[in-house]
Amino acid sequence: MAVLAASASAPPNSRSRRPPRQRSTQSTRRQTRAAYLLITPFLVVFVAMLIVPLFYSGYLSLFATQLIGGQEFVGLSNYVQALTDPSFLGGLGRVGLFLLIQVPIMLVLALFFALALDSSRVRGSKAARLAIFVPYAVPGVVATLMWGYLYGNDFGPIAQTFRALGIDAPNLLANDTILGSMMNIVTWEFVGYNMIIMYAALRTIPTELFDAAEVDGASEWRVAWSIKIPAIRPAIMLTVIFSIIGSFQLFNEPNLLYRLAPNVIGNDFTPNQYAYTVAFVNQDVPYAAAIAFLLGLVIMIVSYVVQLSTQRKENLS
Amino acid sequence: MSAPTIGAPTPSALDAPRASTPRAKRHRRQIMREGRRSTLLTVLLWACAAYFLLPLLWLLIASTKSNADLFSSFGFWFGKDFNLFTNIAQVFTFKDGVYLRWVLNTVVYAGVSAFGASLLATMAGYGFAKYRFPGARAIFSVVLGSIMIPLTALAIPTYLLFSSAGLTNTPFAVIIPSLVSPFGVYLMRVYAAESVPDSLIEAARMDGAGEMRIFWQVALRQLGPGVVTVFLFSLVATWNNYFLPLIMLNTSDLYPLTVGLAQWQATAAAGSGSQALFSTVITGSLVSIIPLVIAFLFLQRYWQSGLGTGAVKG
Repeated sequence: MAVLAASASAPPNSRSRRPPRQRSTQSTRRQTRAAYLLITPFLVVFVAMLIVPLFYSGYLSLFATQLIGGQEFVGLSNYVQALTDPSFLGGLGRVGLFLLIQVPIMLVLALFFALALDSSRVRGSKAARLAIFVPYAVPGVVATLMWGYLYGNDFGPIAQTFRALGIDAPNLLANDTILGSMMNIVTWEFVGYNMIIMYAALRTIPTELFDAAEVDGASEWRVAWSIKIPAIRPAIMLTVIFSIIGSFQLFNEPNLLYRLAPNVIGNDFTPNQYAYTVAFVNQDVPYAAAIAFLLGLVIMIVSYVVQLSTQRKENLS
Repeated sequence: MSAPTIGAPTPSALDAPRASTPRAKRHRRQIMREGRRSTLLTVLLWACAAYFLLPLLWLLIASTKSNADLFSSFGFWFGKDFNLFTNIAQVFTFKDGVYLRWVLNTVVYAGVSAFGASLLATMAGYGFAKYRFPGARAIFSVVLGSIMIPLTALAIPTYLLFSSAGLTNTPFAVIIPSLVSPFGVYLMRVYAAESVPDSLIEAARMDGAGEMRIFWQVALRQLGPGVVTVFLFSLVATWNNYFLPLIMLNTSDLYPLTVGLAQWQATAAAGSGSQALFSTVITGSLVSIIPLVIAFLFLQRYWQSGLGTGAVKG
């Protein structure tokens, strides 16, 4: 399909001939109409499925469910309640911790793999690339189920290995280990996805940029650090922002692990899981809406701060 | 929603042909470099690759075991009996063959959603890339900023809206929300800016083609790899979606694989009498991931080049 791009050169006469003015305004109008025609189908669904629910959610969050039935306007009191709710704040703390530990590990690994594959010094690099990427095609539900069994004491190979060595197997689904176990699952799922984004960006760096450096005897590490990483900064930024959003929205993993270890994890392990519980178990939709709104606000603030701080660094250098 | 956009592509996205020349050069360089393999790096990278493959290998081996063997044999070696086909038969016949229903549901939900999402995203992305019109910048910023809205902030009100329209517990409840792919629009905008030359559009206009005809018959051909990328990633997103169908559906016959498997797993973990389910859940999990893995393997040429463009300008 890439070949097609080559055949796309325009006939020579289109360059020289300028259309007369009147025709140009007419065609501008026609083009504007075409543009709206092209984006309208998307916009209709976008407004119906994103904008409308968002505002509806904001509206709902200003009410409180009455015991007798019906709803009463309470202003911002749901938000005030959420800001002192240990379940919400605890969940926020856990995903914050998750963000600080798991995301750097995952992205550094992804960057390392991408650079290693791009350096063409690895044998079988194509197969390795696919091997690292393949977990992305595994649904989060299946990944969590699978790792849940792997962690488990019944027939998990980790526990089996420890037992064979005569050592007590660590409980990977206990209070102090579950967050780490979850980080491992998410890392396993998403390193490959992030690696592919970075790798794809690396492939498009013009080689002139670092051929000269290599001739001058710069090491591969030096080239990677000083030339390649700065060159793919936008791609790295993309993975950072997506990872921030993903961490704050953790739901599948805690929701399924909750079934494996209900006493350990609780149903308020992450803010998203808590909002789900509040809305569909406690039936308190307005409060769930407020929680989800606050979560969105936190995501926006964190993403914004991260972007600003990297932009400032760029300006300084 | 004046959220910071993820670096909206600037007009510099138009210096397109850059990618093609270095690629040819790169190829030459790669051949030159064949002799410079590093054993250390190879070993290190393959050791890491093993970490990604081992859980899947375990899943494959575990699928060949009976329940008794699961508990009595080592995870990374086969049990006494080779039960793969018995297990697969069990997966497809358990509870009147509801698994096959889930497979079909998943294929329909994911297929229709991905087709619709990539069509909408391609049209919109091309519209944003190739036309200047009032409001374009503002609309695009809003679309891109929406990536940050948390799932639950939308899922709960969407559930209520669908519920009052009588659409919950129908396939539409899963498909319609999945038609929106803001990231797909972003990707297609970048891709269209790079791969559809303005001169080509101008030439088609000179020939008297209408704008819509230009899109469908001229531009769409250039957009191939980008469309495949958006299609595949929407396919994965819907195929793997758990949250949305979990809240929208409550009839087992309508479940996709994710929700169904989670339910089986809960049954397997809860009941002491239903221990026999573990091998079924494991084999069911294995079967459920095969189609996507195959799709990615066969279409990698397209999605990798498509993703490349999006990532560079990201």
